[in-house]
Amino acid sequence: MLSVEIKKALETLTLDVKFEVNAGTVTALFGKSGAGKTTTVHSIAGLIKPDDGEITLNNKVLFNHNLRTNLPVYRRKIGFVFQGARLFPHMTVNKNLLFGLPRPNKIHKKITLDMVTKLLDLSSLLDRRPQTLSGGERQRVSIGRALLSQPELLLMDEPLSSIDLHLRAEILPFIQKIVAEVQIPVIYVTHSIEEAIYLADNMVLISEGQILQEGSVEAVMNRLDLYPVTGRYDSGTVISAQFLNYDKDFDIGELKFPGGLLKVPGLNGKIGDNFRAHVKARDVSVSLKKPKDVSILNLFNGKIIDIRIDNSPQVDILIDIGIPLIARITRKSLSELQLTKGTKLFTMVKAVAIDKKSIGHIQNSVT
Amino acid sequence: MEFFSPVEYEILLLSLRVAFWGVICSLPFAILVALLLARCSFPGKFILNTIVHLPLVVPPVVIGYLLLLVFGNNGVLGPWLFEVFQISIAFTWKGAALAASVMAFPLMVRAIRLSLDLLDVELEEAAATLGAGPFKKFISVTLPLILPGIIVGTLLGFARSLGEFGATITFVSNIPGETQTLPLAMFKYIQTPGGDFQALRLMTLSVILAVGALIISELVERKLKARNL
Repeated sequence: MLSVEIKKALETLTLDVKFEVNAGTVTALFGKSGAGKTTTVHSIAGLIKPDDGEITLNNKVLFNHNLRTNLPVYRRKIGFVFQGARLFPHMTVNKNLLFGLPRPNKIHKKITLDMVTKLLDLSSLLDRRPQTLSGGERQRVSIGRALLSQPELLLMDEPLSSIDLHLRAEILPFIQKIVAEVQIPVIYVTHSIEEAIYLADNMVLISEGQILQEGSVEAVMNRLDLYPVTGRYDSGTVISAQFLNYDKDFDIGELKFPGGLLKVPGLNGKIGDNFRAHVKARDVSVSLKKPKDVSILNLFNGKIIDIRIDNSPQVDILIDIGIPLIARITRKSLSELQLTKGTKLFTMVKAVAIDKKSIGHIQNSVT
Repeated sequence: MEFFSPVEYEILLLSLRVAFWGVICSLPFAILVALLLARCSFPGKFILNTIVHLPLVVPPVVIGYLLLLVFGNNGVLGPWLFEVFQISIAFTWKGAALAASVMAFPLMVRAIRLSLDLLDVELEEAAATLGAGPFKKFISVTLPLILPGIIVGTLLGFARSLGEFGATITFVSNIPGETQTLPLAMFKYIQTPGGDFQALRLMTLSVILAVGALIISELVERKLKARNL
């Protein structure tokens, strides 16, 4: 288990964070750029010295200001996947991978070269030089290299940000496999909601050096008041659901959640599998009467529990459909439909709006 | 007919020996000083930097005279060195090598420091997160990546050493077979009536050696760049 409580004065802000990460879980460190995410993980790795506080990993003190403890980077046993892959240009992929591998008789190896090669699909790259790899390949090697150093904690600092958008979807499953395979705590720094939902169990929301909210991904994402941080365009509800049924004729998967059934096109899985779906607020619409003859597959009864109005022409309303669901409508609609707290209505979610990118398959059971 | 006369051969060998040892002995110190200047901040850094660059800016004869004051037979360290190690530096080829290495030192430091400045510190950080302590980090990441700078610095220093004149003649004089390197021999022939042809021959040899060193340095640099980029 990792426990972090640090303070650090930076040029533009003061970082002051406190959180914990458990073994076998992925915690997304989420926030806008410049919020202090990178400083936080660099402090944990020992690349930056905080001004005050304490960092412990599995009951070992890595840093303690009062005790003047500051373990050097190379003794911390923390794997770090950097934004740029930072592969050694004078070594082949194979040598890069083996760089951090402890000497054979020194430590019992949990993670082997074979395992990493297979997991990250690296066998065809082993003899190549980093310069000849694509961005995605480089990052896969970099992840493998970090894992082979037998870390007790894995830090990933926006590992996909330097990779083309369409390649990111290729790498995410690799990362997910690793997390399931290697039971160590993982901190994943990102400003992409999709990546956080796809990978993370817990979320620490950072803004201007402070933690605004922490908790399960669902709990953090579903807060209306956190929009300024999570970003308005992407905001929405995260629904945890179980796979129930697959409609072969129309290629549609049905997920069961407390509000009913969520139909997702192109989704297949095993019955009982846990999924996390991100329903963007702008893909949710409402109606006072039960709509007839509409193409919408996902229709839920609900009641308004909160309305958030600001200066924009849009408003966000929080609707209880068994779980809280966020819908974004225009202020004009709000006024015309005379919606207030307590209004009962029908909520519609366009099924095609939930694509593969906004669905996360939870591999390790989260309790 | 042989290409070189025995005397010329001797001059050439002596010059190469002086330059070789001069550069080899100062290389570790040059790397160390370059690391200190590029990576560390400490009181007196400015003074160290100035001292290192002194041979570049003061007249070589000043350096030669300083060496004489320190290592000469009546100098500060000279008698002590002789007593303890039975080493006499002044007026021997070792002294010529010392003079050459002092004069070449700033060139080597500058070349190595430049490549250290260009080296991505992030790669060293990555090495540290992979469990590499300072020694492993230096041997397996820093050193291979600044190798082009080290080689270029070494060859520059070598070429500079071959051409060393002022400090050498002041410190160890111009003794045939002991301290008479190429430039010193040329100087002697130019001073001697009728020695023009000999001087010309030695000049050609000097130019060939210097150009050779530069070409090798260029080739090595290119090859290493192609490998690392």
